[in-house]
Amino acid sequence: MDLLTRVLFTLLGLFIILNWGLLMNAIMRKLTARVARRVGIRWYQPWINLVKLYSNRNAISHGVMFQLGPVFRMMGGVGLFIFMPLIYGSEAFSNFSFAGDLVIILYIKFFGMLGMALGAGEGGHPYSAMGVSRGLSQVTTVELPFALAIIALAVQYNTLSLHEIVAAQQGGIANWTLLTNPIATLAAVLSMLGVFMHSPFDLVKAPNEIPIGPPTEYHSSYLGILRTNAAILHVIEAVLYMNLFFGGATSWPILIVKTFLIYFFSIFVGVVFPRFKIEHSVRWFLKVPLALGIIAIILIL
Amino acid sequence: MAENKKNIQKNDEEKIQETRDKFLKDHNKKRRVETPEGRVIEVDPMKDYFSDERPTRKDPHKGVIEKFLNWARSESIWVLGFGTGCGSIEIPPLTTPRFDMFRFGVAMRPTPRQSSALIISGYLSVKTLKRAIRSYEQMMQPKFVLALGSCTINGGMYWDSYNTINRVDHYMPVDVYVAGCMPRPEALLAGFNQLKKRIREGRAEGANQYAEHFDWYKANQKKIIKDWNMPDYNW
Repeated sequence: MDLLTRVLFTLLGLFIILNWGLLMNAIMRKLTARVARRVGIRWYQPWINLVKLYSNRNAISHGVMFQLGPVFRMMGGVGLFIFMPLIYGSEAFSNFSFAGDLVIILYIKFFGMLGMALGAGEGGHPYSAMGVSRGLSQVTTVELPFALAIIALAVQYNTLSLHEIVAAQQGGIANWTLLTNPIATLAAVLSMLGVFMHSPFDLVKAPNEIPIGPPTEYHSSYLGILRTNAAILHVIEAVLYMNLFFGGATSWPILIVKTFLIYFFSIFVGVVFPRFKIEHSVRWFLKVPLALGIIAIILIL
Repeated sequence: MAENKKNIQKNDEEKIQETRDKFLKDHNKKRRVETPEGRVIEVDPMKDYFSDERPTRKDPHKGVIEKFLNWARSESIWVLGFGTGCGSIEIPPLTTPRFDMFRFGVAMRPTPRQSSALIISGYLSVKTLKRAIRSYEQMMQPKFVLALGSCTINGGMYWDSYNTINRVDHYMPVDVYVAGCMPRPEALLAGFNQLKKRIREGRAEGANQYAEHFDWYKANQKKIIKDWNMPDYNW
């Protein structure tokens, strides 16, 4: 497959992932609304919101870094997408994954957050600074158990390539990491709750308390970019977990069902549990998931 | 009418300059400071920290494009969480299962930067007017104002109060009035639907109106707010 076809297929994949992300957000918001016995938003509300944000007639700037913040964040989401194999066995939707893609994915996952922190900092709003300090401290503790789980996986499968990890899990549920290495899976899935940042770990954005955290000053198309990126990021992070622990996907319907269920888990927990304070959530991540991660490492060695 | 406007402005400008220095906080006054390197420089925080650029008219697109965009704007109304008077107690019930404004595409936003609609919910005291103006000016165009309750129309039961303004549309362009004291949440939802209709018809150009008649609005505001200690225009 030549480069141009590859790029075109990657763009097609991005388009599908973006729309599925927006639809998934709407479905999840609808589900939470039904739990509260409300009717909830229309299923096409996220698209309308995007059109509205991009079509606002003016936007102001607080400086160059403020403008670059959403771009870096977008780079985090799209960068994660570019190196992520989506469909196992399909050359077209393997994107640009290569032998060491797991390492670069771990790096890019954090990169978007840092860019956003710089941009939000230049916004100058005190709530942005609060959101950034909370977000970075929580994400740092979330990354610890996740990184340990990934190291356990790398030792178990003796590779740093996502494609090979997915290949090793083919041939039935019994081969999934979920069953071959349940403790690492548990550590990673619990840290996933912090990645998606839904209740009880949504203090970073904390609606109703500090106005929406880091993006407080972002508006119009800046916010449009952030929202587009959020839709991509939610799906692609679910795809990462799917590839690592739940056997990957051999076709688009399987990918959609699996990402939906993975994302639904965090929503399910969020509906049941109220919000943690930041010191509580940091302590919790440093206790249960981290302990599980260390046990997973010890067992695999 | 035009001359009248100019006269109001001329007489008031001198007064405003006097009052401005009087009410400005010390850290916002124009002064000379010494830098760590020993140079003496002049700082004017009202110019340095705030933009005093006037708002400008932003022309809508033409034809089908603007119709589509207006439809999107009308179906995604983000309301600034800003309660002015007793009417603000009527807004929270809208998020509950009984009224549920989300099904109409209405949502609350905590910051003026991201909001497209401002609800003046009830009487507006002089002190709150200042905050309402700052919030309104920080919102992005196009922006809509929904005035709730009799107090915003003619002062209502506060019509002769010493510190409550009577007509909101002397200070900012209002798109929809919801009458009542207090209007129930259903009335507010009806107001939202009226606002949607207005946006779809392309008549909700309040921000452009504010930019075109900026001097008139400012003169009115400054007549009421005696301790004007903020920049003339708040980005």
